[in-house]
Amino acid sequence: MMLMKKKHIPGGIITDVGSTIIEKTGTWRTFKPVVDMNKCIGCGICERFCPDGCIEIKNKKCIIDYDYCKGCLICMNECPVKAIEKEIEKK
Amino acid sequence: MTKTVMEGSLATAKAAALCEPDMVVAYPITPQTHIVENLGKLIAQGKLKSKHIEVDSEFSALSACVGGSAAGSRVFTATASQGLALMNEVLFAASGMRLPIVMVVANRALSAPINIWNDWQDSISARDSGWIQLYCETVQEIVDTIIQAYKIAEDKNILLPVMVCMDGFFLTHVVEVLDMPKSVSKYLKKYKPPYAILDPKKPQTQGPFAFPKPYAELRKDLSDAMDASAATIKKCHDDYAKLFNRTYGNGLIEEYRTKNKKTIIITMGSLAGNVKEVVDKRDDTGLLRIKCFRPFPKKDIMNALKGKETVIILEKNISLGTSCGALFDEIRSIHCNIEDTPKILDYIVGIGGMDCRTDDIENIINQSKTKKDGHIEWLMEK
Amino acid sequence: MKKDELLAPGHRTCAGCGPAIAIRMLLRATGPNTVICNATGCIEVTTTQYPTTSWKIPWIHVLFENAASVASGIREALDMQGKSDVNVIALGGDGGMMDIGFRAISGLWERGHNVLVITYDNESYANTGVQRSGGTPWHASTSTTPSGSASKGKDQWKKDMPAIAAAHHIPYVATASIAQPFDLDKKVKKALSIKGPKYIHIHCPCTIGWRFDESKTIEIAKLALDTKMCALYEIENHKKTLTYKPKGTPVKEYLKAQARFRHLTDEDIEEYQKRIDEVWARDFE
Repeated sequence: MMLMKKKHIPGGIITDVGSTIIEKTGTWRTFKPVVDMNKCIGCGICERFCPDGCIEIKNKKCIIDYDYCKGCLICMNECPVKAIEKEIEKK
Repeated sequence: MTKTVMEGSLATAKAAALCEPDMVVAYPITPQTHIVENLGKLIAQGKLKSKHIEVDSEFSALSACVGGSAAGSRVFTATASQGLALMNEVLFAASGMRLPIVMVVANRALSAPINIWNDWQDSISARDSGWIQLYCETVQEIVDTIIQAYKIAEDKNILLPVMVCMDGFFLTHVVEVLDMPKSVSKYLKKYKPPYAILDPKKPQTQGPFAFPKPYAELRKDLSDAMDASAATIKKCHDDYAKLFNRTYGNGLIEEYRTKNKKTIIITMGSLAGNVKEVVDKRDDTGLLRIKCFRPFPKKDIMNALKGKETVIILEKNISLGTSCGALFDEIRSIHCNIEDTPKILDYIVGIGGMDCRTDDIENIINQSKTKKDGHIEWLMEK
Repeated sequence: MKKDELLAPGHRTCAGCGPAIAIRMLLRATGPNTVICNATGCIEVTTTQYPTTSWKIPWIHVLFENAASVASGIREALDMQGKSDVNVIALGGDGGMMDIGFRAISGLWERGHNVLVITYDNESYANTGVQRSGGTPWHASTSTTPSGSASKGKDQWKKDMPAIAAAHHIPYVATASIAQPFDLDKKVKKALSIKGPKYIHIHCPCTIGWRFDESKTIEIAKLALDTKMCALYEIENHKKTLTYKPKGTPVKEYLKAQARFRHLTDEDIEEYQKRIDEVWARDFE
């Protein structure tokens, strides 16, 4: 009974793994990477180099999850076909 | 049960082995070394199916225990003095992570100067680390307390690490006649971790970063568990007594010939043996032995001191900057709650292995009438 | 959002974080049958802010300096539980592994525990505000080795951690870089296929600590390789094998791209080039 009243698992264990998805780090962005789908060849280099794991290659195209993209623009810098450009984030 | 004759460290090792820890983590330090050596021997002889990990330091010893316990295994280690001091940071992490580690501390003085003999400065200095601390008087009590310690630590509502404290040399190197249980399987079941595991099938995060509010809440939970453990310690003691027919007071404190006595000596550990010898010959003095120093059994002590006139504390530690020992401070903190507050005297004894003999204790009792409340004195060898 | 990603987004690493890229690459190689034991540091503090966690595999943090000893305990526990197939990784930054946690790592290597030790080396105590570590390169200006009229930044050469690992005669030692993801992937998989202690040292630029634009993390990592500031190799059976052939770009290009070396004069840079060439000749020729 005593434990049922407790809010935390003893020791602060977290069992809800991957739960940082509630933190929408996309709000940090100053610049926004925008993909030109005509130029994108779906090579996946941007996906490999993204620190936030928010790029996915779907149907050979790069899809950015703007909920989490912090706008570092590594993807833009590393894109071999220059398919990604930056825009100032409109808040 | 047949009586056997055994060195304290060997008995300690055998008691730990009876609890079948998955791993024994070993690092040498006097006067603890015989304990992990003996466990190593039992493992080498195939008598104990545990892993024996020989680490690079006491810091790593307790860290490996934390890793093993966090992964859901039962672990054992032993240390002393500088080793315990080196572990200090890990002590706090182990209790904060609520890991039921059992560790024997062979109490020894702290440097400087370097000294290998017994006092309690090492474990007393770790009193705020969130570990249950049980101080034993005899080797028999060490044996029984180690077995109880796992039961206490692994209780789902407690989940706290336990230090079983034994006076270095006085208990580690003494040869005693004792009962060694053949098996403890009726008392202590195999450890089933209620929360902490490291299993890819059930992933979890342990040891996260916490902001002030959840941090404070988790620390409060830790403090509550520490408070709640007093009842668990008593229960584990009583359950053990039913099976093995041995008691140590109520598991928290032991009152020895205190009835109708006006003067009470308070002490811990093996020194209680000397005090008992003195008390046996006197009709004015009794002994209150504190077995459980953390959690501090305030109520039990208050009840035991009701109606007493003089309390003499004999303690092997000094809380530098307060002029007194830690026990004195702790007893003082509940002093005002004791009916007809008694006079309390503090004697710092046995520092760095100095003797505190029965005639010393006799002298202290005889002089107590002339001493004022709050009197503090170091017992020095002539 | 990607379902197979073992490090969920929403973590609070800086934009353009090199170590975060390293961890993603690492986890892609390890797969889910892995326990991570993480020393205190940037990655630890940014990924597990209670009550949330980015990690989808078992993960534990205890202290700054004991990741390797905690990992030893975990390894033994899992082996006792019949889970010898689970990978155990002791992970930390250069401060946690090369400096304060070094004794524990040396102990693990000497004991021979089946654990992969990984340093993500961003060349400073970045989490506490970029103080100099054993991993900080020569002449880098950090908050504890600031450059000034009487100082050129850190006075000492970078500690050669992989060589120290190799001196323990463990079965596998490698260096890796986030600029070479396939090489990194291959090395992690290879390490995990070998039973016993192994070590991988991953070079990862730090936008805050090294002071370059956050879009240039990979560009800087590539420059480190081509200017010979960072060498990629494996050490197996006492044999060192280079796995990346540098272009031999002048070190000036690497130094000029980061404000932590901004104070260096042309003469200093010339001296730097000389030392780089000497070290390369000593180690690889």
